[in-house]
Amino acid sequence: MNGVTRVLRQLGAMTINGVWRLGFATRFLLMILWYSGQSFRRLHLTIREIYFSGVLSLLIILVSGLFVGLVLGLQGYETLQRYGSSDALGVLVALSLVRELGPVVAGLLFASRAGSAVTAEIGLMKTTEQLKAMDMMAVNPIARVVAPRFWGGVLSMPLLAAMFSAMGVFGGWLIGVVFIGVDDGAFWSQMQAAVDFRNDVLNGVIKSVVFGVAVSLIAVFEGYDCVPTAEGVSRAITRTVVSSALAILALDFVLTSFMFRGQ
Amino acid sequence: MRDVRFAYGEREVLRGIDLTVRRGQVVAIMGGSGCGKTTLLRLIGGQIRASSGRVEVDGRDVGEMGADALYAMRRRMGMLFQFGALFTDMSVFDNVAFPLREHTDLPASLVRDLVLMKLQAVGLRGAAALMPAELSGGMARRVALARAVALDPMLVLYDEPFAGLDPISLGIIGQLIRRLNDALGASTIMVTHDVHESLEIVDYVYFVSEGRIVAQGTPDEIRASSDPFVHQFVHAEADGPVPFHYPAAPMASLLEGGGA
Repeated sequence: MNGVTRVLRQLGAMTINGVWRLGFATRFLLMILWYSGQSFRRLHLTIREIYFSGVLSLLIILVSGLFVGLVLGLQGYETLQRYGSSDALGVLVALSLVRELGPVVAGLLFASRAGSAVTAEIGLMKTTEQLKAMDMMAVNPIARVVAPRFWGGVLSMPLLAAMFSAMGVFGGWLIGVVFIGVDDGAFWSQMQAAVDFRNDVLNGVIKSVVFGVAVSLIAVFEGYDCVPTAEGVSRAITRTVVSSALAILALDFVLTSFMFRGQ
Repeated sequence: MRDVRFAYGEREVLRGIDLTVRRGQVVAIMGGSGCGKTTLLRLIGGQIRASSGRVEVDGRDVGEMGADALYAMRRRMGMLFQFGALFTDMSVFDNVAFPLREHTDLPASLVRDLVLMKLQAVGLRGAAALMPAELSGGMARRVALARAVALDPMLVLYDEPFAGLDPISLGIIGQLIRRLNDALGASTIMVTHDVHESLEIVDYVYFVSEGRIVAQGTPDEIRASSDPFVHQFVHAEADGPVPFHYPAAPMASLLEGGGA
């Protein structure tokens, strides 16, 4: 009985803690939005964060996009040629990328590369009392530190996802057209005919924006909320990567179920 | 501060503190680790609010201030954190320029002149281009000091300014605290447990123990005090009113198998 009570208590404590953190994260998001005006007045800070989160993530995004495209090309050709539809390779590669793989994989990479870095930076600033010092200098840390990093992530993510998809399409073309010999004209014309701007491209962009908001919020929140010790920062970084991955995959399911019903 | 009480949850840290700092004074608040000294600074800076009592800065109740009033007050206040809390992604120059750029619309040339003057005052004009990681502990503390007084504050708060410094740096920081206070016509509140350095530079000392002021006086009065707590603190005795042992059951009962 004691054991059962203990487990129930732990479960209850975890639930209360989870609800409390969710509430705090929501309040935190509202505060970020409230102070975003102040933050945008110092636009150079947001531009600097776009550089750190976006530009410095470009290499891993482009290389990963290329490899994903190459694999899609190979796998897609292998399956399509069984049914004599290898000309549809361009459609398969493009739709897979713009609808799903672009936003999702770019989001996961973004969380690992930029999200973890943002959490570590804010967490270390908290640990070394830099946030407190700023607050004591009458400079709001949410406006000065958090909001620029949040918006830097939100603005970078759709651009990175677009570049991931573009690089993936290039990879698919490289393997399909250049190395295997699929017809170049068929590859592009079928893609152009089958990929719809609103239903495919725009929905993919919406997904990447939502993922950008989720990953950026998780990253800044975990950094700001971390226990100010070395162990606390490392745990916060782990939570950022794990929570971001789960959030991306769960949100992807929800968004997909709304966007692509019977189309 | 008038009859200020403060508790972290159930644990009462301050139990009725009365404390006054006059314009131009350098005041030290001394006491052992964990006695509530830093909590006092946080109350004065408005980072936390007292459970009861009044904390007044320049005649205004800090506990009653909203966010805007609090920030307005902090603009007239400087604070030096225990390890400097310099912004690690900015150079020494940018760290000192930070409050000027955030709170004034001064042209860049004037900001540059002011920053160099502040750095000259702490003897680090030549280190303006260095990054915080390239500074020694004492240098970082001096840069943080220059940043704390960048806006010529009326009140400067110091949290353990001497912690972890070598004797030379310690003397330099002590003299700078006194000199900058006099030059600015400001008031200084310094939380420390470094008795000898502090008594050389301060005008008045408060001793805090278990959340209460247990002794106070000028440096000469403190040196001549026969109060057991002050005597133990000033002469660094291991045992006295502040016990050497953390409260526990008698050792004999433990050896007899009575448990820890």
